[in-house]
Amino acid sequence: MHPIGTVHYLALSTALLLIGTVGVLTRRNIVIILMSIELILNAVNINLIVFSRALHSVSGQVFAIFVITDAVAEAAVGLGILIALFRNKETVLADEIDLLKW
Amino acid sequence: MLIDTVLFYIFALLVLGGGLLTITRRNAVHSAISLIVSLLGVAGLYLLQQAEFLFAVQIVLYVGGIMVLFLFVIMLVNLDEAAKERQFNRQWLVALVAVAVVGAQLAWFIYKGKDAFRFAENAAAALPEAVGNTEQVADSLFREYLLPFEIASLLLLVAVVGSVVMAKKRI
Repeated sequence: MHPIGTVHYLALSTALLLIGTVGVLTRRNIVIILMSIELILNAVNINLIVFSRALHSVSGQVFAIFVITDAVAEAAVGLGILIALFRNKETVLADEIDLLKW
Repeated sequence: MLIDTVLFYIFALLVLGGGLLTITRRNAVHSAISLIVSLLGVAGLYLLQQAEFLFAVQIVLYVGGIMVLFLFVIMLVNLDEAAKERQFNRQWLVALVAVAVVGAQLAWFIYKGKDAFRFAENAAAALPEAVGNTEQVADSLFREYLLPFEIASLLLLVAVVGSVVMAKKRI
């Protein structure tokens, strides 16, 4: 059996990224679209941590902290928009929000 | 060595299983619980990669902070009607094909380059570190990345003000 190396982690993070992308592209519920974005950001973080270990540099972990900060900001603003949207349109389905379409 | 392998596969199963359940469940609360499982699996992977500080940050901030925010909003917004309707939009077939193409490209890239990633694996196990992981992260964060750190705090301030303005009834 091969020992677990960088390639295994890269394959795992690729799979997680693809799962998140499928969630963003196919779901109708905005809450679950936001959760899928969190999955994508976690896939990025796994890559950063693994290369940080492989390159003996702590910079990757610092970047992962910045990515987590961005995820927090994005979740807070996104959920704020969702609450405002639900108050005005009474829906949380992404394809029913088509004010800009004609 | 063996215990590392077993733990990696357990955590990988948690991450991928949680992720798949997150995007397929009808009930948003079930999705959120599955996402928590997935995030805990990612935290375990951080621990396997000797990033102890990020392990703590992942649990405290993601599982304790963001997921509680998500559950709070799910309770606040009435999702019962949304759970009864179609869960996937009309472009799901096109989306799956596009994602499959991207996935095939990435898989081919990783397969072709798998030997190139072995560059540091012999040295990775050696070299016991003199200072702890948290101290290293703090050194790097407050010396090399001080300006990005301050900009990140500004970003958080903007996000706080923005979400309050967004969720307020009348400004």
